[in-house]
Amino acid sequence: MLVSVYRYNPETDREPYMQDVEVSLPEGKDLMVLDVLNLIKEKDQSLSYRRSCREGVCGSDGVNMNGKNGLACITPVSEVVSRGKLVVRPLPGLPVVRDLVVDMGVFYKQYQRIKPYLQNSTPAGGRERLQSPEDRAKLDGLYECILCACCSTSCPSFWWNPEKFVGPSGLLQAYRFLADTRDEATEERLADLDDPFSVFRCRGIMNCVSVCPKGLNPTKAIGHIRDMLLSRAT
Amino acid sequence: MTGLRKLSFDAVVIGGGGAGMRASLQMAQSGFKTACLTKVFPTRSHTVSAQGGITCAIASADPNDDWRWHMYDTVKGSDYIGDQDAIEYMCSVGPEAVFELEHMGLPFSRFENGRIYQRPFGGQSKDYGAGGQAARTCAAADRTGHALLHTLYQANLKNNTTFLNEWFAVDLVRNQDGVVVGVIAIEIETGEVVFVESKATVLATGGAGRIYASTTNAHINTGDGIGMALRAGYAVQDIEMWQFHPTGIYGAGTLVTEGCRGEGGYLINKDGERFMERYAPNAKDLAGRDVVARSMMTEILEGRGCGENGDHVYLKLDHLGKDILHSRLPGITELSKTFAHVDPVNAPIPVVPTCHYMMGGIPTNVNGQAITQIKGKDQVIPGLYACGEAACVSVHGANRLGGNSLLDLVVFGRAAGIFIEEQLQQGIDYRLASEDDVDRAMGRLNALDSNDNGEDTAVLKRELQTCMQNYFGVFRDGEYMKKGRDELNTMRDRVANIAISDKSKAFNTARMEALELQNLFEVAEATAIAADERTESRGAHSRNDYPERDDKNWLCHSMYHPETKKLTKRDVNFKPKTVDTFEPKVRTY
Repeated sequence: MLVSVYRYNPETDREPYMQDVEVSLPEGKDLMVLDVLNLIKEKDQSLSYRRSCREGVCGSDGVNMNGKNGLACITPVSEVVSRGKLVVRPLPGLPVVRDLVVDMGVFYKQYQRIKPYLQNSTPAGGRERLQSPEDRAKLDGLYECILCACCSTSCPSFWWNPEKFVGPSGLLQAYRFLADTRDEATEERLADLDDPFSVFRCRGIMNCVSVCPKGLNPTKAIGHIRDMLLSRAT
Repeated sequence: MTGLRKLSFDAVVIGGGGAGMRASLQMAQSGFKTACLTKVFPTRSHTVSAQGGITCAIASADPNDDWRWHMYDTVKGSDYIGDQDAIEYMCSVGPEAVFELEHMGLPFSRFENGRIYQRPFGGQSKDYGAGGQAARTCAAADRTGHALLHTLYQANLKNNTTFLNEWFAVDLVRNQDGVVVGVIAIEIETGEVVFVESKATVLATGGAGRIYASTTNAHINTGDGIGMALRAGYAVQDIEMWQFHPTGIYGAGTLVTEGCRGEGGYLINKDGERFMERYAPNAKDLAGRDVVARSMMTEILEGRGCGENGDHVYLKLDHLGKDILHSRLPGITELSKTFAHVDPVNAPIPVVPTCHYMMGGIPTNVNGQAITQIKGKDQVIPGLYACGEAACVSVHGANRLGGNSLLDLVVFGRAAGIFIEEQLQQGIDYRLASEDDVDRAMGRLNALDSNDNGEDTAVLKRELQTCMQNYFGVFRDGEYMKKGRDELNTMRDRVANIAISDKSKAFNTARMEALELQNLFEVAEATAIAADERTESRGAHSRNDYPERDDKNWLCHSMYHPETKKLTKRDVNFKPKTVDTFEPKVRTY
């Protein structure tokens, strides 16, 4: 199979280029894209990419495969290969450090900005804070985010305003804490988001939903935040 | 010192997993200048893959639950070489540490009364084994590790911990008095080499499951802390004790939580027989992991395995129904579809015992202080601490119980943090590292960078993993282990002679993988020698040529000394502070 992979080493390359590599795949086995990258790296150790858990829970290996963002470790080659060719590029919209490794700085900055931690100043006593199963269920579809950045880097609004628009991942996390019955900072959280850019730059394109490797729905979470902001204003 | 940049901290924690971040959180909360140095962004650490939960007697599922019962189970699970003072500390302090996590925001699943959900796990009992199966594992669906790791990262952000993300620790720096005074590290993005100086250095580098070809462990689990300790000449403890998790997905190695069996799933052979009833009539599929893994291998070896080659068994879950699977085991359902092409709602998952956890590690006391043995006597290594899977405190002994790893890492990450905090308050004084001290720690990196013609990392890694898989797996045998040791012997010089063709600086993963392989090799060699020398069967260490437990000679820790490559013995602690000693008994489930 022909694999076309994005290469850029800032020390030796004036500009990035696509490198074509022929990879022989074992018969009768549908490899994951990460396996293919590993095969290439065994022959050419200069190829750089991030990897860790190889089972879709750590979020290290978000890349763009034949035009679509996803995790290399849980994407079968057969699912993305097109006309016999697999094209692997770094996540779009972020500066490339080297090859498939992008600088995630602005993405993490937006995550930190939403104060991604529980705020509750009421003493909890010697045991856990109680939460009903129904209230806990409100966090499902939110807390599972793995910070892989597949969503935010597929979002045109984030490409245009990465410094001002929190982006789908950060907003999903913002709503995770707004939705948590144990959190007491709802008002402060909403006030922090109440400007024309942070939330309202979402145009409902829903690229985030179609690429999320965990099947989460940031657009829906953003809708909830919008509703909260609007009802707060009236 | 060749002009290395130097960064100075009160404490540096190497590793950004659960143990490392719990330790750094503790110290950051008290205002000391703390750095968490981690080779991956913290939420990419392997703690994220823990599924089923954190075992702890918080008395939610059973209001009468007692941490002493949990202690009893853990001592028995360890096959009696877990230190009883450490197990006592873990089980009794556990509830406080778990409630802290909840207060930080960990999204635990809940019972109807609003308390934390707990599920049954293997090796759990009520009333010191007399009261039947307990349900003691606190869970956030089947994503407890993910929830825990993210919560700890969030708490560290809240408390302004300094993160050195994507920095790779190479080797420990020691001053002329033998005090560990920091570490040489590479900032991966730029390739810059930095001396990170610190009054306390905590190794929280996790496990090394990648010494085996088939493992549930992440690519990053390369035993970096163990490698650093061994190269510094420090002994490691019980390193022959490797847990093979009964249910790794066949062919892929990815983990399927024991929680599946806790929720009512069970294992079947090719005849559809629930074979664990024969091996463990009481606990059945929830016997200790070592017991279940051996039973599965026996089924396979005796021709009752499933599939074309009869080389795995099935985990049956479909009888639990779609609702339970989707609400309590959603992650497993997803993983099974991806890696086994099986939807557990309709069909059983093919599974096989898979390397999962390193019970051994750097010996420590309950304060996280690293210990070495000099002339048979325990000696604290000044400046060095360890916690989590890299450490051997030892609460797991010869076999870890499911759900005890997450408890271990929060309890002892916290304990190390508390102790270092006190030490820092009292003031820590030592002589600064000289240029020679730093140069010595640079030796390995310099050798790698100056070698132009040598061995290939990928080739050696495959050889190493195959050797360990073949000779040091679930069942061991002196004759085969001897072969394995010979192979490793011839590999040592080659591993020292790795050359990388790519010597560029920016995000050079080839350099990192070469350094990681050298760490893996140190762990593998220690494992091989300790396994061969421990002439008995205990917990996860099972020998065909010595099938019985030998309490007369081996009711003790093993200590592997890298400089002599010899094994010595170290006493197990049988003196808990508040309860009576649990005396060794025959271990049945």
